[in-house]
Amino acid sequence: MSDTPSSRPPGFDRRAFMAGAAGSALVPLAARAAEDARAPVPQDPALPVDVTLRVNGQDKRLSLDARTTVLDALREHLKLTGSKKGCDHGQCGACTVLIGDRRVVSCLTLALAAEGQEITTIEGLATNDRLHPMQQAFIDNDAFQCGYCTPGQIMSAIACVKEGHTGTDADIREYMSGNICRCAAYPNIVAAVKQAAPEMTKG
Amino acid sequence: MRPFTYQRATDPDVAVEALSAAAAANKPLTQASAQPLAGGTTLIDLMKLDVMRPAVIVDINPLAHGWSAIEPRSENLRLGALAKMSDVAAHDEILRDYPVIAHSLKLAASAQLRNMATLGGNVMQRTRCSYFRDVSYGNCNKRNPGSGCAAMDGVNRMHAVLGTSDQCIATYPGDFAQALIALDATVEVTGKSGTRSMPFAELHKAPGNAPEIETTLQPGELISAFLISGRWPRSVYLKARDRQSYEFALSSAAVALDVQDGTIRDARVALGGVATVPWRAREAEAQLKGQKFDDGLAQRAADAAFADARGRQHNSFKIALGKRVMARALQQAATMEI
Repeated sequence: MSDTPSSRPPGFDRRAFMAGAAGSALVPLAARAAEDARAPVPQDPALPVDVTLRVNGQDKRLSLDARTTVLDALREHLKLTGSKKGCDHGQCGACTVLIGDRRVVSCLTLALAAEGQEITTIEGLATNDRLHPMQQAFIDNDAFQCGYCTPGQIMSAIACVKEGHTGTDADIREYMSGNICRCAAYPNIVAAVKQAAPEMTKG
Repeated sequence: MRPFTYQRATDPDVAVEALSAAAAANKPLTQASAQPLAGGTTLIDLMKLDVMRPAVIVDINPLAHGWSAIEPRSENLRLGALAKMSDVAAHDEILRDYPVIAHSLKLAASAQLRNMATLGGNVMQRTRCSYFRDVSYGNCNKRNPGSGCAAMDGVNRMHAVLGTSDQCIATYPGDFAQALIALDATVEVTGKSGTRSMPFAELHKAPGNAPEIETTLQPGELISAFLISGRWPRSVYLKARDRQSYEFALSSAAVALDVQDGTIRDARVALGGVATVPWRAREAEAQLKGQKFDDGLAQRAADAAFADARGRQHNSFKIALGKRVMARALQQAATMEI
């Protein structure tokens, strides 16, 4: 299946369109950031804070409201929309990313608290044109339907393999229980994890 | 979420000073204008819900280098308060000598949340009472002291049957705390005048007439470590819930036994999911000590533990369920290979 349906007008980009439509809300924040670029630690919580996040191997300088979560920093400020916002309360796992080598829910992680740590998202997995073995395994095993939970499932599954919790189907189910799939693709997700695990561990 | 200022505490004194300065005499610590941030899995969640409204967040994660060690020693086990739940749950010596601790942590939350959440934050997590978490309900004695309790005659299937008061029936939601209270753990607290220690059983306060005051911590105090004497290889944590994984307990039991020549020399029992605070079932322990284990004894112990339980409209099933969970946990502990 092509990901550029013929019905779409040439040059149309859904994300660019949506970002443009919402863009006006970002202007005052950006203007204030420029004004206060030299303020070290602002005591006024309304002022943005300068922070450098390391995402997929690259340093990203941002000026953020202290309330910004890693998830919102990724999606709204870095345009990395692969990590999904499901519940925004740490209950669904759709926002799962790796911080260091640990899977965490990015919706409950403050961006300011993640400074200096290596953040890996779904966008950081493929190398050149090669998908990560876990991405390929999800395709091979038809491990999704709507796909909304899939980036979180894949990030969680990679950590699950690295933690060594893929010995049995029951183990995989237990250690993947933090990622909810409302399409209930669970049997195929377990199959995908089992396929990718030996490929990942052989390096 | 309301705006706040983010501060990073690089040593304990700074954190204690910032937190104690923000405490107000007429408010519970949970409503102080500065709150400590560890794993954030409770705090950020409750801030998004507008249940907690700090103006200052004091990030204590930089203290982890001194406060996160897992130290099984000959005389006791010391667990740093900033150790991650996942690290303690997977630790070989904890699994071998304190399975009740490892399993209580493994059966809590999800892999992601266990990677984030710390031991200290875990025992401080707040109730999942849906009326507490939903600020559109005005009457919650925990959030708005004196406002009443919407759960009392509301949907109270998940609520407590032990340790309740006519002010509050909110369940203490954690698992690890049951293991700690069963093993007579000591909690080490760091505050303005250095560190002090107290029995873990004295940390949480039953709701009584002041459900808004949940612990005995003083302004600025942070949990820095937990200590457990002895080893408890014959111990289990059993958790019954609405789904098999990633759910809070309807009923749980932490059991540790010392059995010699078939006789129970010492018995420790704590209950979760059914009480307002981490709940030590001393009446059950009294039934068990000095006896030889059989199913009838387990039943008598469970009956004793729930003798004072009081169910409400939707949660009376927890009394029968809680007894069965406890009896099965006793059976598992008594018969496990160690």
